[in-house]
Amino acid sequence: MTTSVTPGTAVPGETRRVVELTVNGVHRSAEVDVRRTLADFLRHDLALTGTHVGCEHGVCGACTVLLDGLPVRSCLLFAATVSGHSITTIEGLGQLQPDGTTKVSPVQQAFRDCHALQCGFCTPGMLTTITAGLAENPHPTAQQAVDMISGNLCRCTGYQNIVEAVLRAAELMENPDAPLPDEGFTADEHAKGDA
Amino acid sequence: MKPAPFRMYAPHTVAQAVATLAALEAEGQHAKVLAGGQSLVPVLAMRLAEPGHLVDINGVAGLDAIDVSSAGVRVGALVRHAELLRHAEANRVQPLLSQALNLVAHATIRNRGTTVGSLAHADPSGEMTAVLVLTGGSVTAVSVRGEREIPAAEFFVGPLESSLAADELALSAFFPAAPAGAGTAFVEMARRHGDYALSGVGAVVIPGPSRDEGAPTISVSCGFLSVSETPLVLDLSDAWAAGEDSVMAVVRAAIDPQDDIHASADYRRHITGILAVRAIREALARVREEQAA
Repeated sequence: MTTSVTPGTAVPGETRRVVELTVNGVHRSAEVDVRRTLADFLRHDLALTGTHVGCEHGVCGACTVLLDGLPVRSCLLFAATVSGHSITTIEGLGQLQPDGTTKVSPVQQAFRDCHALQCGFCTPGMLTTITAGLAENPHPTAQQAVDMISGNLCRCTGYQNIVEAVLRAAELMENPDAPLPDEGFTADEHAKGDA
Repeated sequence: MKPAPFRMYAPHTVAQAVATLAALEAEGQHAKVLAGGQSLVPVLAMRLAEPGHLVDINGVAGLDAIDVSSAGVRVGALVRHAELLRHAEANRVQPLLSQALNLVAHATIRNRGTTVGSLAHADPSGEMTAVLVLTGGSVTAVSVRGEREIPAAEFFVGPLESSLAADELALSAFFPAAPAGAGTAFVEMARRHGDYALSGVGAVVIPGPSRDEGAPTISVSCGFLSVSETPLVLDLSDAWAAGEDSVMAVVRAAIDPQDDIHASADYRRHITGILAVRAIREALARVREEQAA
């Protein structure tokens, strides 16, 4: 079965393009090769090196940024393809205070509280992923927290403290003054493990 | 790990997109369509392919619709997996969609990857390829020569090879509705949640009228991924009537899994038999829930 299609005109190809993005609320633009990934665009052209590039083929999750609020792999997108859209990177998670300082976000604070990073390479991708994950599900169970970060690899922590940080971040979003347990989150488990 | 240089084309209409593909085809150029890019960009990054031209359809209007009718669900070329997964009406009409989409990569990949794109990629380890064949769906392709509807059974030619012509754009996919009273399920086994499945099975069971006095008959069909070169569907009605051991034997004899770093062919064959039984049991449980409700 064939039906007729309105004839169209072929569009010209480009090897360079001016890319315009709103990054962390600020309009940014640069002319780049069309093969420039969004990750490289952020790092090389906009000097926003908080986004980390690990595997460069979508497996490790370190380069995760928010595209119009949803987490995506910035190494699997061409900057030219997302021109006109809004991006949030790790640099945009904290909130600028009236005195010019930046207050860390609840997820960032939770990572500090729970010792959820060691070398820190995966952390930008973890933080962006969890920020979006908690926006969708503000009260995750521990299993849902595991699912939330299942697309992000961490070679240091063994993930346990990151899962705890997800739960702690959910708590902080509900109550910014929620106290930390005296021994920290993992002390009891560690004591049991050592015994 | 950077893609080789290419020229990028940014059509705004389907007519422009297919005219561009036709012009490149006429010049003998190697062009690929870029939608979500979640399979294509890794292929480019690893330089497994170096097409000189990418036709980016992300700016094409009208390709992001999910149309649901009692007949089934039509999914446009720019519908992201995550959008289809969240679409309650589509998943009421064909529950296999969300059952399988939950297992497609990770949530982050599903935010960008498109369902039609994963069909066009024709990866035999893709969940949605298996769902398209199991549901007897089709892909609508368009080129300057016109539109044509390609039945699922004719769409997948080999691993990573579809019957789309070089100048054709996959415009939409159609997943027929689940039959009345049917139960469906989708199960798979992967090394890590979200990774490529070692094996996966989708099941559709339809309770039917008695063939003989007192003996209820059930129609059972299963679709398989990661265990054959193209998505495979088996009618297991008779095997199921003969028992679970029979299902496992029939399945294991019908599939052709390969060895790789993740699992041996024998292991894949073994677990695929078990997964088929699990999928059928789960689908039957849904039928009973439905009947009880």
